[in-house]
Amino acid sequence: MTTEQRTIRVLIAKPGLDGHDRGAKVVARALRDAGMEVIYTGIRQTPQMIAEAALQEDVDVVGLSILSGAHGELFPRVVEELGKRGISPEDVLLFGGGIIPEDDVPALKAAGFKAIFGPGTSTQDIVAYVRDNVGERV
Amino acid sequence: MPSRNTQEWRDTTLAKSLARAKERQPAFESTSGMPVEPLYAGEALNGWNEQEQLGYPGEFPYTRGVQPTMYRGRFWTMRQYAGFADAEESNRRYRYLLEQGQTGLSVAFDLPTQIGYDSDAEVSEGEVGKVGVAIDSLADMETLFNSIPLEQVTTSMTINATASVLLAMYVAVAKKQGADLAKIGGTIQNDILKEYIARGTYIFPPHPSMRLITDVFAWCKDHLPSWNTISISGYHMREAGCTAPQEVAFTLADAIAYTEGALKAGLNVDEFGPRLSFFFACHNNFLEEVAKFRAARRLWARIMRDRFGAKDPRSQMLRFHTQTGGATLTAQQPDNNIVRTTLQALAAVLGGTQSLHTNSKDEALALPSEHAVQIALRTQQVIAYESGVADTIDPLAGSYYVEKMTDDIEQRAMALIEKIDALGGAMNAIEQGFQQREIQEAAYRLQMSIESKERTIVGVNRFQTEEPPHEGLLRVDTSVGDKQKARLAKLRAERDAAEVTRLLGRLEAVARGEENTMPVLIECVENYITIGEICNVLRKVWGEQKEFAVY
Repeated sequence: MTTEQRTIRVLIAKPGLDGHDRGAKVVARALRDAGMEVIYTGIRQTPQMIAEAALQEDVDVVGLSILSGAHGELFPRVVEELGKRGISPEDVLLFGGGIIPEDDVPALKAAGFKAIFGPGTSTQDIVAYVRDNVGERV
Repeated sequence: MPSRNTQEWRDTTLAKSLARAKERQPAFESTSGMPVEPLYAGEALNGWNEQEQLGYPGEFPYTRGVQPTMYRGRFWTMRQYAGFADAEESNRRYRYLLEQGQTGLSVAFDLPTQIGYDSDAEVSEGEVGKVGVAIDSLADMETLFNSIPLEQVTTSMTINATASVLLAMYVAVAKKQGADLAKIGGTIQNDILKEYIARGTYIFPPHPSMRLITDVFAWCKDHLPSWNTISISGYHMREAGCTAPQEVAFTLADAIAYTEGALKAGLNVDEFGPRLSFFFACHNNFLEEVAKFRAARRLWARIMRDRFGAKDPRSQMLRFHTQTGGATLTAQQPDNNIVRTTLQALAAVLGGTQSLHTNSKDEALALPSEHAVQIALRTQQVIAYESGVADTIDPLAGSYYVEKMTDDIEQRAMALIEKIDALGGAMNAIEQGFQQREIQEAAYRLQMSIESKERTIVGVNRFQTEEPPHEGLLRVDTSVGDKQKARLAKLRAERDAAEVTRLLGRLEAVARGEENTMPVLIECVENYITIGEICNVLRKVWGEQKEFAVY
């Protein structure tokens, strides 16, 4: 352990055509208030755009928010695009949030998402989760 | 000795009681942050003029309601927003709802349809049929309204950037049914400004977007006189986090922008004013919400009369649809959502809504199941037929608190409208990110007050229980995308390709010029040109709008 810790860098992204950005913005702000560096993409991002932003911004964490029900298709595609850029779910902490039925969570976890946060989640729980689970950076 | 006024009561009776036991919190405020006093009495309305502030139902300033009979004439329209998967599936749900006693239709479209992409476009992958029904061409629209006589129902369509295309399709279906267009009633949302602010399904930059909207105003005036050409919406801004006074202010500021746009396009205020309609959310703070609706009505009447010189009373009437608050629903203990929805629906009715959608208990988890939708509709029916609140007009009028709150919301909303005016109007304010920032701030404040437990959400931050996994949730068949793709391939193979090319060329010429876009759009859809093909031409001519302000 070093005393000088690198600030955690987080990408919060909205994949797909869904415009519901309240949750994404609240989470982005809470992580920022907790001292992390947060890049928020805005809405209507393709998996390619998200993966490219993750690469360019050299983030430790990628959080995806979706309320349109397209998570089953879009979340794995983001992982795939990250992979094409040499980033595996071991390199970045992936989490998701939105209206995501419990039945869908195992498949998303298998795709590399470490946690899925539903409505009513406290942002403090998300902050703590990110702190506790972000990988050691070299 | 009894107290002679509120101050005396505060100083004596109340003070004595408070000396023994404090109130349960240091200060009280409404959900929107407005201070709430322990008691409202006559002094709260000092200088208040009943004639000026209330008037009578069906009379200026319409505080008490837009119709002279209100629900004694007929109940509000019970209109459940529905649509998922393909047109066939949604048509089944509509016919089910009509059989259950629903009185109007409300169509939810999927995101590709809302943003002008066909189901086989790359960006549509995973989104087809998810948040609403997938409509690519008139063929889908014909299926959607199969066996539903459009002369006999009114249909509300939640569609904005592509509103004129979907309206063109609706008109085409009505014509095929042999309907008299003068009898065709319904609403398109057609409100692009709140898309830029909160909802996100815009396509084009402001100028051509505004042109599409005013083209609809102008065309409907002559050809579809009973149609509500726009539903100016506060709902999505409220859902995104703003407060009740902000909801009123941002909505009416948008309405002012549309009115100015139409005037600039050469229309007379009383030609389009009567067809403007509104759409608000209803959240949990019961009396604040009732006051909000009354304040909005009064404020709009004054704006139309005094600012725009509208003479026709119908131009001054704020007619609105209400949807209960989706963002107030909890994934925890979802049965509690039935109670929340009941309170919200009751507030909307006491606020004088013209139509109402009640959310289903499972919507924080998934699209609603048929059973949950039925409970939601029954909630409205119980309020209408059993509660008695619909039997007299505006029964909360004269309540010291409700009237004070109505005045306060109107004043706060007016101050915000003045601020937006100073920024150059709604569109300029959006470009500067003003409304977006206000909404984001309010959303964050609310979230923090829940996390600090200053605000209680039952089942979420208090009174939690262990819950079994939720069952019986609706799942949209993932084969919908493939089915739509196959239908599109067949459609494209069977159409008159030369006619398609000719019409798309004609559409491009109209888009570059100034003539009204509606006639050519109707001709395009009648020839089975798809929504994606139409919007791709318009994108080429007008360009695409990027998100205005991202923080």
